Amino acid sequence: MSDLFVTLRINGTDHALSLDPRVTLLDALREHLHFTGTKKGCDQGQCGACTVLVNGRRINSCLTLAVMHEGDEIQTIEGLGTPEHLHPMQQAFLERDGYQCGYCTPGQIMSAVAVLDEIERGVPSHVTHDIGAPPPLSDEEVRERMSGNLCRCSAYPNIIAAIRDVSGGAA
Amino acid sequence: MIGDGINRTEGPRKVAGQVPYSAERRDAGDPLHGFVRGAAIGSGRITEIDTTAAEAAPGVRLVLTHRNAPPQGDLADLGGLHDAKPELVDDRIVRYGQPVALVVADSFEQARAAAMLIEVSYDREPADFDFFAHAGGGEVQDVSAVGDFEQAFAEAPVSIDATYTTPYHFGHPMEPNAAIADWRDGHLTVYLTAQMLNQLLDGLALTLMLDKADITIDSAYVGGGFGSKIGLHCEAVLASLATRILERPVKLAMTRRQMFSLVGHRAASQSRIRLGATADGRLTALGHDAHVQTTIRDDWREPVANVARALYAAPNRLTRRSHVELDVGAPEPVRGPGELPGLMVFESAVDELAEKLGMDPVELRLRNDTQIDPEKNRPLNGRRLADCLREGAERFGWDDRPIVPASRRDGDWLIGYGVASSIRSHWQMATDVRVRIDPAGLVTVQSDMTDLGTGTYTIMAQVAASALNVPVEQVQVELGRTDHPKGWGSGGSWGSGNMSVATDRACSAVREKVFAAAGKGFNDIFAEVRRHFPNGVEAIGHTIGANDDPNYKAYSQFTYGASFAEVGVDAYTGEVRLRRMLGVFSFGRVLNAKTARSQLLGGMIWGVSAALHEGGDVDPRYGHWVNGDLAEYLIPTHADIPAIDAIVLDDFDEHANHMGVKGIGELGAGGTGGSVANAVYNATGVRVRDFPITLGRLLPGLIARG
Repeated sequence: MSDLFVTLRINGTDHALSLDPRVTLLDALREHLHFTGTKKGCDQGQCGACTVLVNGRRINSCLTLAVMHEGDEIQTIEGLGTPEHLHPMQQAFLERDGYQCGYCTPGQIMSAVAVLDEIERGVPSHVTHDIGAPPPLSDEEVRERMSGNLCRCSAYPNIIAAIRDVSGGAA
Repeated sequence: MIGDGINRTEGPRKVAGQVPYSAERRDAGDPLHGFVRGAAIGSGRITEIDTTAAEAAPGVRLVLTHRNAPPQGDLADLGGLHDAKPELVDDRIVRYGQPVALVVADSFEQARAAAMLIEVSYDREPADFDFFAHAGGGEVQDVSAVGDFEQAFAEAPVSIDATYTTPYHFGHPMEPNAAIADWRDGHLTVYLTAQMLNQLLDGLALTLMLDKADITIDSAYVGGGFGSKIGLHCEAVLASLATRILERPVKLAMTRRQMFSLVGHRAASQSRIRLGATADGRLTALGHDAHVQTTIRDDWREPVANVARALYAAPNRLTRRSHVELDVGAPEPVRGPGELPGLMVFESAVDELAEKLGMDPVELRLRNDTQIDPEKNRPLNGRRLADCLREGAERFGWDDRPIVPASRRDGDWLIGYGVASSIRSHWQMATDVRVRIDPAGLVTVQSDMTDLGTGTYTIMAQVAASALNVPVEQVQVELGRTDHPKGWGSGGSWGSGNMSVATDRACSAVREKVFAAAGKGFNDIFAEVRRHFPNGVEAIGHTIGANDDPNYKAYSQFTYGASFAEVGVDAYTGEVRLRRMLGVFSFGRVLNAKTARSQLLGGMIWGVSAALHEGGDVDPRYGHWVNGDLAEYLIPTHADIPAIDAIVLDDFDEHANHMGVKGIGELGAGGTGGSVANAVYNATGVRVRDFPITLGRLLPGLIARG
């Protein structure tokens, strides 16, 4: 299978690649560009560990091919903050111990950032009782929207506490 | 310092995605990529295997099958931790998904595609895959008997006799099992995601027929374990075989679906529990007969019937286990081996007895509390089960419980409360830790211990900082290499006890060396090291194994807890929702309040999962895992877990060790599942004895009750 050329714009920087068209966005990040903060937990869209933002929307990067993303703005955990300068969501996960092994954590954090944005933009969810009104910033809404991100260490209560710290909302 | 809930020392790098897990390691340079082709039958023989197309596929460097695999060490009859685990040995298939070929190629995509080009023909043989077709029977083992159980049970004024089942469970850490193996200059380095490194090294060296000194296993960061990374599995063996042939580093990661068949599972179990009591709720007879799955090749037998041996007093006791050998693959330890299924069902039975007695289930448990191990007749040090139950009942508002089942409603939701006790063995294993002080002002702690998310990096830094009276920032903890001092890794909830004792002792030994050189007391240990040890100073600290420790002869060592749950059950659909939950635990001294609470909460959620969600289903005709992925093998998500809390009765157990510390990795799960199951009964009046409690199992009873 002959390679295709693609330029991936990741965390604001262009990366020109020649890729086997079967390479997923996840494997392009991990194996070709060594952005290994994005994790492979199931490679079939069931665990959320590979969550990245593409043009501001969160997606499972294992379920999309890299060559489909020419010109897209891709944001990974590496683009959110660094150990020395953590994003407020990363800092909240640290303080609340919203992780144990840390493997699902980048995906949880990318999802959490996107969830708050989705609520802010008024995007309804399965548990939004009145889809005509802006969705509330409730724990119920956040839990529902975070449910695509599995955590086997089961840090769920601490993750919700971290998101609450950042959003300033929810009982 | 010790006990403070400081943030994890590696935390800033973890939340920034900067911690390299095994498959992400770059130490060996760009690796080749492997992919395993698994068997499509559960039992039989390979009659033909044609690798021509795979070998001709783009980028393929190696196709390994039983026909060309190098010689390996013999599989011992009983496949223990230290034994050889050869792969691709012959044409015999003993479980569905067993590796029949390894393909190594330049890229992951090439290896995966080529693996699918291999043509395999099989001769299927009759096999036995169905645990639930084998109720009871088999050789009885691990018997513990006190008094005359049968007579006491027959004469008991009040008794229950109930049979429960639990399904297959899988550990499923979020990081799949993976290895990068790198053979160069006659030395093999395996970057492996693993729990017990030097034990794995024994097995790997035997398998590869190499000297242990020629292998290093490096497991600096581990993305969860839960038992899945204790045993030696094919990713380590096959990647090592391939790198020796190709003399290039080889990466091999299991897919999530492969983890169902390439890593072991928790055995399915059936338990018959018989309890006899006086009318005022004193147990006179306590019996637990467990039956579990195993295979002909492996000796791990889930110790389901052991869990109540020190849980409650009763003069007449009989607990024992039998097993059936099936062709579904080897069982392995999964978090809370024995306890998670065993306590869930035993504590369900205690609830049934409370119901029959008309007693408060908390009161029944308190009435049968004991400070003496009822089977070994020695003190249960640090036993605060009663405190856990009382404190939990008070905080949870247990007095407000619906006393009559199915008596409380909130709209369409039936509301119920449940309680269960937890007990967990506290083990201690021979462990060495090295502590080094450099004149530049750095303390280095080294061990082959791993941190699975358990907080080991952090608590060891806290213990060393406290012992040496230096800031925790000046302590560097280096874990996860087989060439570090040897211990027993992460498993069995023994890590924090083993490590804190050995680390503290190593620090004391270093201090003594500095003191001897200084000839006087000192405030600044680094100043003395600069003065007297320009090249630094180090010492080894040791923890002795339980078998050599007088504490283990004088006392029965356990940790304790109590769990309280409130559920809502939809009166029309049978949907169960956890509403709130509280765990109260006692395990001696807390090393880090933050990470301890996290580990307990995580364990409690495992209990919820066992009660309501998890169960692996095997196809009884072909032996494959029917629900073999994370969409079908259900584990809790955010939406399943409300605000829950874990409270610790902080203490110091001087009979455990000089640090007062016992482990908690598995205590949180303990009997938690039982509290959820009992809450479901309290909500509905329907007792489901087959776990997990699904809608399909609950609805017939709900309909029958109207």
